[in-house]
Amino acid sequence: MAIPLIFFLVVRFLPTFVALRLSLYDWNILKEVQPYVGGKNYSRLIQDGIFGKALVNTALYTIIGVPAQIVIGLIVALLLGKIRALQGVFRALYFAPYVTPIVAAAWVWQWLFSPQFGPVNTFLIWLHIPPQSFLTSPSQALATTAALVVWQNLGFQVVLFLAGLAAIPSTFYEAAEIDGASGSQSFWKITLPLLNPTIVFSVVTGTISYLQLFTQVVNLNFTDQGGPLGSTMTVALYIYQMAFGRFQTGYASAITVVLFAIILVITLLQLRFLTKRVNY
Amino acid sequence: MTVTQNSEISTTSLPKPPKRRDYKTVLAYLFLTVGAIVTLFPFAWMILTSLKSFQELFNLGFWPESPTLANYSQVITQTKFLTWFGNSLLIAGVTTLSVLFFDSLVGYTLAKFEFPGKNIVFILMLSTLMIPTEMLIIPWFVGVTDIHLLNSTPGAYFSIIFPGLISAFGVFLMRQFFESLPNDLIEAARIDGMSEFGIFWRIALPLVRPALASLAIFTFLGNWNAFLWPLIVIQKPEFRTLPVGTALFNGEAGTQWGLIMAASSLAVIPVLLVFAFFQKQIIEGIVLTGLKG
Repeated sequence: MAIPLIFFLVVRFLPTFVALRLSLYDWNILKEVQPYVGGKNYSRLIQDGIFGKALVNTALYTIIGVPAQIVIGLIVALLLGKIRALQGVFRALYFAPYVTPIVAAAWVWQWLFSPQFGPVNTFLIWLHIPPQSFLTSPSQALATTAALVVWQNLGFQVVLFLAGLAAIPSTFYEAAEIDGASGSQSFWKITLPLLNPTIVFSVVTGTISYLQLFTQVVNLNFTDQGGPLGSTMTVALYIYQMAFGRFQTGYASAITVVLFAIILVITLLQLRFLTKRVNY
Repeated sequence: MTVTQNSEISTTSLPKPPKRRDYKTVLAYLFLTVGAIVTLFPFAWMILTSLKSFQELFNLGFWPESPTLANYSQVITQTKFLTWFGNSLLIAGVTTLSVLFFDSLVGYTLAKFEFPGKNIVFILMLSTLMIPTEMLIIPWFVGVTDIHLLNSTPGAYFSIIFPGLISAFGVFLMRQFFESLPNDLIEAARIDGMSEFGIFWRIALPLVRPALASLAIFTFLGNWNAFLWPLIVIQKPEFRTLPVGTALFNGEAGTQWGLIMAASSLAVIPVLLVFAFFQKQIIEGIVLTGLKG
């Protein structure tokens, strides 16, 4: 018990306080002197337009991504539950994006959505829809990036929901069928309420991961600048840019503290309002 | 082929006509197939691109006209692919073993022993899940640079590995599962004179195999594909992991699509195979570890 406790204290709690302390200094990894500046990093944050944009973008990613991956994941899991033959094969197929290295996925995405000759635009032209600029357009780049993240997370969502569905006792469905309940009735009255813990888990962990979105964004653009006109910039990417691109460690730490506060508040609110106790 | 066991029974025992079920099953297969094609299209594109020759890369046919393994042999002989692969294997392997051992030990202790402060310990561990990695990364980096770990052989590997050695999420999963093991079983072993560690190792652990399987695959996957922390902490090319190596490869060698795709396809194969073999245990593991609430 002692080793794990020391581990959590040294690797998780201590750094949290170090980050709090760093955020009060004009800390720079490359310099010898680190002057104390109090709340100056935080007041700078309020006036920082790029930080504001990163905050808005991160919120947009979360609002698009979390519901999308939960709805699509649930539909696929429900359909998988309806079939017997080839179920394992389909499960593995839907899981494949989840294990694809993000670097490769990001590159394939650039190719698929490339403005002139990409397969997606070829398909759109075939449907008589004008081709779009996707990742090179400041108004479409964020949604296209979010689509990549949803695509990659789908496999995990499906596995999670399959497990959640498997935990619902089949006697409930049999009883409902005897009572003459329709398919949609048993979905809304049995499946969805009993799936609540899985959905809460999915919403909470999904939100936390979208609030920390970094790898997909950085690999889609090859830089830490965040897409066309900063339109895909996230808070995590901005932290990386400040801390490791410009060595403004103190300022970057202040952003991490703000991010921590946001995650804490949102998670606690979600746990409070989404958790309904279902007894069976 | 689409007639399930259920519908066979229902023809005799229930008034519902079996044809309706068949049509639903066919629809399910149809939707799943279309969905799988859309989902797999980018994945297939990656593999097919890896088989295209350099000349063929920029003509955008779906199938390679003259498939070649040239990209694969080039990736293996002319890049540090094997080193990256080995580094990733070492890092993901060590982390997974450590997480399996410590998380099950801590989960078992929290589930089966009474001691003062037990709940506080549990809540403290869980609360670390809400601390964003970004917040910890700066202090970690300052720490490992201060003690000059980054350029020596065990030091650099240790720097990449140490944040993941124990996972709070894994502790939670394992505790949930050990709670469902009957206490009588442990009591009986105690009466037979087995040591506490013996009970854990030889009785409790084998009973949680599905939970261990799902924890193992997700820990391994997470570390196999880890990007942010390795990107920051790796200073020398020989310590690069597969994701970092492939990402930085772009800048150093120009955009060599074929090679990147070959390297990525090779990186996917081992994990996809493991998932295909163990998917039943993985799903069973998540079911049993108590996400049902």
